[in-house]
Amino acid sequence: MKVEQRATEGRTKTVLSDKDTLLKLYREMLLIRRFEEKTAEMYQAAKIGGFCHLNIGEEATIVGTISALQPKDYVYSTYREHGHALAKGIDARAVMAELFGKETGTSHGRGGSMHLFSQEHRFYGGYAIVGQALPIACGSGYAINYQGTNEVVMSIFGDGATNIGAFHEALNVAKLWHLPIVFVCVNNLYGMGTAVSRASAVTEIWKKACAYDMTGERVDGMDVLAVRRISDQLVAQAREHHEPSLLECVTYRYRGHSMSDPDTYRGKDEIKEWQTRDAILSLGEHMKKEKMLTDDEIQQIDEEVTAQVEDAVKFADESPDPDPKDLYRNVYADEVAS
Amino acid sequence: MAVLAMRDALNQALREEMKRDASVFLLGEDIGLYDGSFKVTRGLMKEFGEKRVLDTPIAEEIIIGTAIGAAMSGLRPVAEMMTVNFIMVAMDQVVNAAAHIRYMFGGGTKVPLVIRTPGGGGHQLGAQHSHSHENWFAHVPGLKVVAPGTPADAKGMLKSAIRDDNPVMFIENEGTYAVKGEVPDGEHLVPLDKNEVKRPGEHITICAHSRMLIVAMDAAAELEKEGISAEIVDMRALRPLDMAPVIESVKKTSRLITVEEGWRSYGVGAEIASRVYEEAFDYLDAPVARIGAAEVPAPYNKKLEKIVFPGKADVIVTAKALLGKN
Repeated sequence: MKVEQRATEGRTKTVLSDKDTLLKLYREMLLIRRFEEKTAEMYQAAKIGGFCHLNIGEEATIVGTISALQPKDYVYSTYREHGHALAKGIDARAVMAELFGKETGTSHGRGGSMHLFSQEHRFYGGYAIVGQALPIACGSGYAINYQGTNEVVMSIFGDGATNIGAFHEALNVAKLWHLPIVFVCVNNLYGMGTAVSRASAVTEIWKKACAYDMTGERVDGMDVLAVRRISDQLVAQAREHHEPSLLECVTYRYRGHSMSDPDTYRGKDEIKEWQTRDAILSLGEHMKKEKMLTDDEIQQIDEEVTAQVEDAVKFADESPDPDPKDLYRNVYADEVAS
Repeated sequence: MAVLAMRDALNQALREEMKRDASVFLLGEDIGLYDGSFKVTRGLMKEFGEKRVLDTPIAEEIIIGTAIGAAMSGLRPVAEMMTVNFIMVAMDQVVNAAAHIRYMFGGGTKVPLVIRTPGGGGHQLGAQHSHSHENWFAHVPGLKVVAPGTPADAKGMLKSAIRDDNPVMFIENEGTYAVKGEVPDGEHLVPLDKNEVKRPGEHITICAHSRMLIVAMDAAAELEKEGISAEIVDMRALRPLDMAPVIESVKKTSRLITVEEGWRSYGVGAEIASRVYEEAFDYLDAPVARIGAAEVPAPYNKKLEKIVFPGKADVIVTAKALLGKN
């Protein structure tokens, strides 16, 4: 699929040639990759239950968008959100512990893979119903305007969500009420096993923004710098002018929809072709060419990140299960009998 | 104490809470410039402005979704759904999101949200505007569900609901908005989890809520003339369901009728009866009798519609039968 670059250059103040910035992006993408590889392993070892949707292949989209945010900005995500949670700064230990269903997890073992949450990081949750969180994200946008603060909300969802009513209701009021929201569509070309072209009358999802007189952009979601550049612009547009936008990041998941997906609806060649454009390898090559990174340093970062993931697994494994006596905790805020 | 119609008691509660707490705001279809389709929000946009009384598109999912997100972000939204029938459009947001968010996120956030909505039939509005679905919501852990039947309770419970940190389904009834009653001025709070004996009696217990409370009270007045003393328990708190006054009353009267405007099957009366069997079986002298709507989608025709919803005569006939006095 050819990706049309619509991002207008030169509107952003962020310098994306700065070594520290690039290193940060590289490290975050690699952390997500290694974390997810280990997650697959732990799922197969039955340490993780339920459904488990991996981010492998989508790292540039995740890191490119979320790194454009400030700590107090909100992120709403989907059921494929491990990477989003890590990119928003949640400790890998807490994320892995939640996958293990432990009390030390982000949701104290009550949420699991699809329901990570952290008030502290303004990571406002993984939601397992396609498109459900878009209207909820509008509520945070409304609260920001109401309270007169200047945070931004990033609402992240898949291509499949753009075909349901909630998507259209959300974009309509976001524009109508001038909500500071960046709607990020992670277009990985498939909603479960159904290709975009078989589910959406309009396959260029950024164009759906025009129905709401909203900025729509499409970017190569395998190019972290391109994603970051356009995200900086759209986040600024939300923060400074309280105008929402729709960003479509075209990317690819190397694995199936979830760990239980036999992945029979697409060809191996297609997967291999996308892997030749791997975002992490590409950024590494770019930085080597610019003399910002050596092979030794790449090796060293990999070792550090791998150790961090190992530590997260050890932490999760050794953490206690929730106490059954706390089964009814948090059904209600005031602990009433139900 | 002023005598107010139910809609004005609700309006007073909203006004007082909006004055008291700047984080309270209202949203819904035609609640502002139009003053609300049942005039509960009359004058509030003029008084508090468009930011605090937000007219929304006719799009139920975004109304509830926005309310949830705002509640998680520090506000106290009161969302109006024009009728309970329209909430079905937003059921995903109510059940899958509002009710579950706090628990599934491990207590990491709370959702202090009120959803106000009228149910009930009898106005020749047909199947898509005439039903009562309290039991759908009362089935769901994470929601609180209340359905007041007097103007005083309407005011006091709405004020309590707005201050509550949980999603509260606040079920009103189209047939009660004009019903008048004494309402305490100013601060008046009624708990969301306490049911109450509204009329003491000796021979039989009748449980009812919302408009059926009024029907039951009327029936009790008639029964009194025939020497039957009915005790009326107002089931205004449906979840959590406060059974204490019912159990106590059944221990005294040994006979129970439940009255609801919704269908009987899987209904509020079914739950009350079941709990009475569990907790006070030995005190019963007869099976619990359940009165509810005929199990059809509400018909438009006036004569047919009259058959569908329970009225005073149904309660009287059932009470006499239960006491062997027919």
